[in-house]
Amino acid sequence: MLDSFYKAFIAEQRYLLYLDGLKMTILVSVIAILIGVALGTILALMRLTAEQKGKSTLLSKIAYVYIDIIRGTPTLTQLMIMYFVILKGQGGLLVGSLTFGLNSAAYVAEIIRAGIQAVDQGQMEGGRSLGLSYTQTMKDIILPQAIKNILPALGNEFIVLIKETSILGYVSIVDLTKVSDFVISRIFQALAPLLGTALIYYLLVKVLTLGLNALERRLRQSDRR
Amino acid sequence: MIDVKNLHKYFGSLEVLKGINCHINKGECVCVIGPSGSGKSTFLRCLNLLETPTKGEIVIGDMHLMERGFDVDAMRKRVGMVFQHFNLFPHLTILDNVTLAPIRHKMMTEAQAKEKAMELLNRVGVGDKADNYPVQLSGGQKQRVAIARSLALSPEVMLFDEPTSALDPEMVGEVLEVMKQLAEEGMTMIVVTHEMGFAREVADRVLFMDGGVILEEGTPEEIFDHPKEERTKEFLSKVL
Repeated sequence: MLDSFYKAFIAEQRYLLYLDGLKMTILVSVIAILIGVALGTILALMRLTAEQKGKSTLLSKIAYVYIDIIRGTPTLTQLMIMYFVILKGQGGLLVGSLTFGLNSAAYVAEIIRAGIQAVDQGQMEGGRSLGLSYTQTMKDIILPQAIKNILPALGNEFIVLIKETSILGYVSIVDLTKVSDFVISRIFQALAPLLGTALIYYLLVKVLTLGLNALERRLRQSDRR
Repeated sequence: MIDVKNLHKYFGSLEVLKGINCHINKGECVCVIGPSGSGKSTFLRCLNLLETPTKGEIVIGDMHLMERGFDVDAMRKRVGMVFQHFNLFPHLTILDNVTLAPIRHKMMTEAQAKEKAMELLNRVGVGDKADNYPVQLSGGQKQRVAIARSLALSPEVMLFDEPTSALDPEMVGEVLEVMKQLAEEGMTMIVVTHEMGFAREVADRVLFMDGGVILEEGTPEEIFDHPKEERTKEFLSKVL
């Protein structure tokens, strides 16, 4: 057992391979999360214009169609379309982070929209009745409350995203999972490289979870009696 | 002060307000009573455009509410509203609930807004709760804070939408007491309420609404002691 771990990680400085793969996994995840949150927020606000106006708007329709298509097709298919067609010949980091960013945005948009709509309707009326504009009320009253609804689901989305980047290897982008695949074919043993890789993903997600939990606790301040 | 002419409101194909006409003088306290679904709350919510009237005319002071391009937010600074469910902001302290709007409107500096807020909170008897969050207050206290929050903008008119309907019976009195004081100080008030005792004692005039129209109006004595309409008599016999 020790011997196979030695072969999988130490021999021929293989840990350097894992580090490279891990770097790709983390970079793609971080950039994708940033794109996802930025674009997702915009999409959510686009969808909410329908609520503000009381009828569907061009912006809300565009956002709906985007979300509908992204959620209705497999991420792997989207990745292949990006790699073989739209961004043909481009680097793995660009292809990976753009695919996952555009994909995640659709889910983030729905999480944010649901979080905003879960805030009691009376809060918007309360703000508006004091002469605050829609935007001011959104910023000062609705969003600070919505963030508490949004954060747990958003954390979940980040976790799913990090783990789903393991399909990058399908289009020859060398991420953590692809490295383990490569090592298996070199040492003809599967258990050690896979266990090691699984552990690294687990630790990655664990760090993220702990960070999000701490943030949630801080946001719960006004709930205490 | 307030002039409403031929006010209609549809929700889809349902006509909720079927032509409301009324005039309310400055400093008057008017109570609106009537059965559920009679359109009282919708009428009140039309007065600060939380509901958009389908047609009709509303004039408050020098503001013509139904004109094209009317500045709704500016009007709402001058027309305060108190809700059945308080609608306090749960993520802000009591003090911040009261100071938020004056500060955002740049009507006062932060220090001035705080000073005025404390004065108002003390007046409604919850000054000691300034640093608490809404969740830590009783219903009656919350509603008194909501009144202080509206008063912080020094409105010319106050609208009350069933302000005591969501309260435990023992807390109704403390809220009505604050409203009574306000009426005695000469605030123009329109109160949708089921508290007939309050209407009789405090109101200058009572409007009885049924089926989307004002069916009868008069002094509390006229409405409560000598109602003319059958429908008014029937309603009062059930609630008194």
